Amino acid sequence: MSQQEKVPSVSDELKAFVGRPMRRQVSDPVTDSDIRRWAIAVYWPEKPPRIFWDKEYAETTRFRSIVAPEEFNPFAWPINPGETLLTDNDLEPAIKRMGIGMNILNGGGGNTYFERIRPDDVIRAETILDEVYTRPGRLGTMLFLIRKTTWVNQEEKKVRESRNIGIKY
Amino acid sequence: MTTNADLYYEDVELGQAIPSFTRSPNLMEWNRYAAVNDEFVYIHMDVDKAQAAGMKDVFGMGNLRLAYLHNMLRNWIGITGDIKRVDVQHRSLNFKNEKLICKATVTKKYVEGAENLVDLELEVQNPEGKNATPGTATVALPTRI
Repeated sequence: MSQQEKVPSVSDELKAFVGRPMRRQVSDPVTDSDIRRWAIAVYWPEKPPRIFWDKEYAETTRFRSIVAPEEFNPFAWPINPGETLLTDNDLEPAIKRMGIGMNILNGGGGNTYFERIRPDDVIRAETILDEVYTRPGRLGTMLFLIRKTTWVNQEEKKVRESRNIGIKY
Repeated sequence: MTTNADLYYEDVELGQAIPSFTRSPNLMEWNRYAAVNDEFVYIHMDVDKAQAAGMKDVFGMGNLRLAYLHNMLRNWIGITGDIKRVDVQHRSLNFKNEKLICKATVTKKYVEGAENLVDLELEVQNPEGKNATPGTATVALPTRI
């Protein structure tokens, strides 16, 4: 019997959630402080590149302004957390009935980048549950939940497409 | 054509290893990252909670390792290049003060539309010499032509 045959397949109950929108968010306007702090944190303890914090320098570049690091998250610290249409709690009963645990790991993912994020940008995002599958793991059966998120800015220009892998075990 | 670029498409060779990016993060880095990403999760902060989840200790965020890979790519391509895509998987954890070496190797060069693209294979090498975060990336570079 193969390794995959030893783990439960995804139930029809959980498969029914695939393709459904999970969340819609609109960011607060991005500030140059948000960008500077992010850059400081990810380059710590070195000083980050000037494009992320030096306005005068940034205006001389092809960007003509400060831009955020590509992996920057404009949705951190929201006052309005957005519209939640489907939560992990909604999925939990189906996951539990499959015999999967409730511990969670970040399995990684990917980003495809388009327009850069600049100060004053407002970003709109929609997340859907794109895919679910199981794999055997060191700690038992692992359930992979793939979320796909699309970001656009206030000019309706695409900023990013993301794919995030959450693992339940 | 671009003049005064940090890195030109023509100067990249297949199989080339780009300059690495190294960090040995602990709570100093993790707390700062948690603060900007609003990522306050007990398994990164509380050893009891981490052990209850089956881990030996608190461990670093996968998102921060992703940021380190972006730093490596940005350092290489400079202000005149663009990161187009980064895909990773987190295969193992990093614990406090473990040295992480971000590495990348050029796997492909090609022109698509108006863009001169370079694909790379990514690695975050952990102290055991294993790749904790395998992945791939694509960057766009200016050309001298």
